[in-house]
Amino acid sequence: MSIDLKTVKHISKLSRISIDDQKAKKLEKDLNSIFKWIEQLNQLNTDNVDPLTSIAETTLRFRKDQIVSKNIREDVLKNSPKDNKDYFVVPKVVE
Amino acid sequence: MSKDQYLIEKNGNKYEVIIGLEVHAQVLSDSKLFSTSATKFGSEPNTQVSLVDAAFPGMLPVINEFCVRQAVKTGIGLNAKINKKSIFDRKNYFYADLPQGYQISQYKDPIVGEGTVVLDLPSGPKTIGIERLHLEQDAGKSIHDIDPTSTLVDLNRSGVALMEIVSKPDLRSPEEVNLYIKKLRSIMRYLGTCDGNMQEGSLRADVNVSVRKVGSDKLGTRCEIKNVNSIKFMQMAIEYEANRQAELLEEGNAVDQETRLFDTKKNKTRPMRSKEDAHDYRYFPDPDLLPLEFDDQFIENIKKEIPELPDQKKNRFIEKFKLSPYEATILVSDLDTSKFFEKVIEKSDVKLSANWITGELFALLNENNLEIAESPISPENLSKLINLISNGTISGKIAKTIFEIMSKEDKDPNIIVEEKGLKQESDPKALEDLIQKVLNSNEDKVNEYKSGKDKLFGFFVGQVMKESKGKGNPQMINKILKDKLNG
Amino acid sequence: MANLIDLTLSDLVNKVKSKEISSKEITSTYIDRSKQSKKLNAYVEETFDRALKSSEKFDTKPDFKKKLPGIPLAVKDLFCTKNVKTTASSKILENFIPSYESTVTENLWNEGAILIGKLNCDEFAMGSSNETSHFGNVISPIDDNLVPGGSSGGSASALAAKLTPATIGTDTGGSIRQPASFTGIVGLKPTYGSCSRYGIVAFASSLDQAGPMTRDVKDCALMLEVMSSFDPKDSTSINFKRPNYSSNLNINIKGKKIGIPKEYRVDGMTSEIEKLWEKGKNYLKDCGAEIIDISLPHTNYALPAYYIVAPAEASSNLARYDGVKYGFRADGENLIDMYEKTRSQGFGDEVKRRIMIGTYVLSSGYYDAYYLKAQKVRKLIKNDFDNAFNKVDAILTPSTPSSAFKIGDKKDDPVSMYLNDIFTVPVNLAGLPGISIPAGLDKNNYPLGLQIIGKPFDEQGILDIAYSMEEKINFKLKTNDWWIK
Repeated sequence: MSIDLKTVKHISKLSRISIDDQKAKKLEKDLNSIFKWIEQLNQLNTDNVDPLTSIAETTLRFRKDQIVSKNIREDVLKNSPKDNKDYFVVPKVVE
Repeated sequence: MSKDQYLIEKNGNKYEVIIGLEVHAQVLSDSKLFSTSATKFGSEPNTQVSLVDAAFPGMLPVINEFCVRQAVKTGIGLNAKINKKSIFDRKNYFYADLPQGYQISQYKDPIVGEGTVVLDLPSGPKTIGIERLHLEQDAGKSIHDIDPTSTLVDLNRSGVALMEIVSKPDLRSPEEVNLYIKKLRSIMRYLGTCDGNMQEGSLRADVNVSVRKVGSDKLGTRCEIKNVNSIKFMQMAIEYEANRQAELLEEGNAVDQETRLFDTKKNKTRPMRSKEDAHDYRYFPDPDLLPLEFDDQFIENIKKEIPELPDQKKNRFIEKFKLSPYEATILVSDLDTSKFFEKVIEKSDVKLSANWITGELFALLNENNLEIAESPISPENLSKLINLISNGTISGKIAKTIFEIMSKEDKDPNIIVEEKGLKQESDPKALEDLIQKVLNSNEDKVNEYKSGKDKLFGFFVGQVMKESKGKGNPQMINKILKDKLNG
Repeated sequence: MANLIDLTLSDLVNKVKSKEISSKEITSTYIDRSKQSKKLNAYVEETFDRALKSSEKFDTKPDFKKKLPGIPLAVKDLFCTKNVKTTASSKILENFIPSYESTVTENLWNEGAILIGKLNCDEFAMGSSNETSHFGNVISPIDDNLVPGGSSGGSASALAAKLTPATIGTDTGGSIRQPASFTGIVGLKPTYGSCSRYGIVAFASSLDQAGPMTRDVKDCALMLEVMSSFDPKDSTSINFKRPNYSSNLNINIKGKKIGIPKEYRVDGMTSEIEKLWEKGKNYLKDCGAEIIDISLPHTNYALPAYYIVAPAEASSNLARYDGVKYGFRADGENLIDMYEKTRSQGFGDEVKRRIMIGTYVLSSGYYDAYYLKAQKVRKLIKNDFDNAFNKVDAILTPSTPSSAFKIGDKKDDPVSMYLNDIFTVPVNLAGLPGISIPAGLDKNNYPLGLQIIGKPFDEQGILDIAYSMEEKINFKLKTNDWWIK
C-alpha cells in the first residue's frame, strides 16, 4: 500500500499540522519508506491472537470520590499564551 | 397503526418519523471522573480545574469509584446488562474546550449494555430499547459572547463524569421524546445518579432524526442534531427536521447524513460549520488506563442500594391505595412529588391526599411556576389540613380558604382554624337553633316546600350555611333540615 | 580533593555521611565542571544558583539518614520540575514552567538530592541520536563528531563527561540503554509500572518508563531504589514490594540460567558486537552462570510493531500541545488556523513525522490493519519472553547492533535510524526490565554495551548479574576532557 500526496494532506489536516507542498512531498517519501518497512508485519498470521491491551496485567484501581484539587486558577492560567486572569483565550470560534 | 400516530404529510404522502436519542447525563458526584477537582455548578470560571483537567504535561487520569457505581446503578435502573469488564478509549479531536485533544470515553466495550425504558402513553405502555450506557468525560465551555474578538474557555466542567445513554431508534414523535426524557430523568433522580437539571446542562441530548414513507420498513438517512438542552427545543428541532427531510425527499433529493445545530432564535436546524473535516475520531484504548473490571459482588452491593423506582412505585400505589393509573402516574413521575405524597399519607387519608396534591397543590405550584420542592406548603401542614377535613373539624370549602392562607404563610392549619374561628359547627343543638331561625324567617318558603316544591331544600341549606358563616357541618345540616321539614 | 569528580555516587554518599565532604563542595565542583563543558550542549536549563543555596542549606542542617544526602543531580528535561522550566527539548514548550513535580524527581529530592539542571534530549524523547532536540544536538564526550545516542543523549553525555554524579532518563524503545551503551555507562529501564509516570512528559504511555543512568551497577541499584515507588496518581503504577536494591546487591550468580536468543544475531550486526556478545557469555560462565540457547521467534517483528504503537500513542498524547493552555502559540486567523500553525512551527520534523504516522495508523479504515495488528504482534512478543523465562532467569544480548555513529550519519534515513533500537525495543513492548552495561570498546575506542533482560519486577536479578559481570569486565571509561578548554 502506498501513501499518496492527498493522504498526506488529509493526515496533516487530522493532526492539525499545516504543511507546505514541499514538506508534503518529503513526508510522502518518508512515510512510504517507513510503511514499506512496516508492511513486513503482514508476513505474520495473527488471526487467532488476542491483542495486548495493557502490559500491566492488572485492572483499574479506584479512587475515592473526594475533592483534593482546590482552586488553583492562577497556576492553571499562568502559562497560557494569551493573558487573562479568568479564562483561556483563543481566536474567535464560529460553530 | 393507531389513528393518533404522528406523521408528516407532504403532497398527500405520509412520512413516519424515526427518532433515537443520545442523552448525556451528568453523574452526581463530588469530584470529577478522572481528577479530584470539584463538580459544583455555577462556580467562578476556571476555579475547579486541576492540572489533570487542563491536560498539563505528564498528568494522568485516575478513576473515581463512585462514578463507576453511579453508572452501574443507572444501568440497573434501566433493566440493562452490566458489563463486568469495560474499556476506556480515547476519542481524538481538536477543540478549544477539549484540553487533552481527546475525550476519554468508552467505544467498543461500554460499562452497560442493552436495557429498556417503559413510557406511559395514553394508548398504553410502550417499551423503548436502550442500546448502551457508557461513561465519558465532559468538555469545558467555550464562551463566544463576552469578548468580541476572542472565544473564552472555562474548564470547570472539563472532566466531569457523563453517562451517555443511547436509545434504539424506537421513538416516533416529539411527544414520545418528551415522555422518554422525563422518564429517564425521573429514573435517574430516583436513583440519585443525575439531578436531571436541564437549565444547568446536567441533561442534554443529541437527537437523531430520519423519516420514511409510511409502510416502508427501511430506515432513512439520519441527521444528528447536536447538544439540545431542553425538551421544548428537542421537540421543535424534531418537528423542523422531519419536515425538512420529508420536503427534500418529496423534491426528489437525498438527505445528507450530517451533524446539525438547532438555532434557538430561528427555531431551525442548520449544518454545523465547524464540521468541515469529516470526523475521524481515531478511537483507541487509553494507554493511561487499564481495563475497568469488577465482580458480581460489586454489582450485588449496588443492587442493595437501589430504591423503589417509578414503575414499581406506581404499581404499589395502584394496588395498595387503589389509586387510578392516571393519579398514580402523576404522583410517581417526579421523585419530589412522590416523596411529598408519601410524606402526606404517613398520617392522612390516601385518596384525599392524592386529590389535594394533584388538584389544589399542583394548581398553586403552576400558578406560581414552582417546583414541588419549593412548595410554600409543607407536606406536614398539608397532612394536618387533610386530617381536619377527615375528622369533620372543617368542611372542604373552609379547607380551601385555609389552604389559601397557608399558601401565603406555611402555618399549622390547626392554628389558623383556631385564630380565625373557622372550626366547623357540628354541635346538633347549635345547628338546630340556626336552622330554626332560618325556617322562622322564611315561613312562606317552608309552606311552598311542604306543598311539594322539593327544590327549595337547597335554598334552606344555603341559608343555614350563610347563617353559620360557612362553618356548619354540611352533613349534619342536611340531616337536621330533613328531619324538621319532613317531620 | 582533586578526584572528587571521579568518585561514584555511592562513594560520594558515604563521604558525605562520614562528613569528609560537604554537599556544597560536591555541588560547586559539578557546577564548575558543567560550566566548562558547554561545548557538549548537555544542559538545556541550569539551576546552579538555586542548587548552591540548597547545598548550603543541606550543610547547615544535614540529614544523613537520606539516601542521596545533598547530592547534586541533573535530570532529563522530560521530567516536570516545579518552578523550573521543562521543555521536553521542544519549541512548543520552550517557556513552560510547571507548578508541579514529577513523582520520580520528587522521590530524588525527598532523599536529599539537589537539582543542578535539566538535560537535553531528543524532542519529546523521539530519536536515537539526540539530533531532534530544538536546542541543538548533544556532543558525546567520547568523540567530538559522535552522537551520544538518544533520546536521553544529554543525560548520557553529562554523566559520561562527569557533569553529574548520576542521572535519570526515560526509555520508550531504548532511550536509556542505547545512549548508555554509546557512552560507556550503565543504564536501566525498569519493569513497566515500577517508576511512576506522573509528571513525565508523555511520549508513548504503554511503553514509557523512567530509569537510572549511572557510572556503575551499585549506583544504578541505589538510584533505582530511590526512584521506584508505588504511585496512586498513575493508574499503571504497580503496587509490589520494592526491595532495597543496593543493599541486596549480590555478586554471586552461581547457577543462574542465562538465555542467549538466536534471533538477536541480526543482519548488519558488526563482528565486534558478535565478539563482545561472545565475551559476555564467557564472563557469565566465569561467574558460574549457565548459558542456555533460547529462541524469541517474533523478534524481527518487534520494531515495525513498535513503530505503529509508539507513534499512535504519541499522536494522541501530543494533541494537548495546541497553543491554548501553555507553551508556544502562533497567531492564526481562527482557531483551526492557530492550531495548524502552532503545531507546524512548534514541533520539529521527527515529531511531526511520528504524529503523522500515528494519526494514519489509527485513522478510519486502517486501525485493524495497523494498530490492532501491532497489538497482536506485541502479544506474541510478550509470549516469546514468557516462554523463555520458563527456562532461564535472564537473557543476555548486545545493547545495540553497532557502536555510536557520527552526527548527521542517519539523519535523513528514518528507517536506518529506527533500526538502532532493534535489541532494546522488544523489552519495552513486553514491559520487562533491561539493563545495559559497558562491556568493551570497538576499534575506534568507542564503547559497546551488553544488555541483560529480566523477568517482570526482577530488577534485583539483572542488577546482580550486571554487578558480577562488571567486576569481570572491569571497564574503565577514558575521556581526556577534550571539550574543556
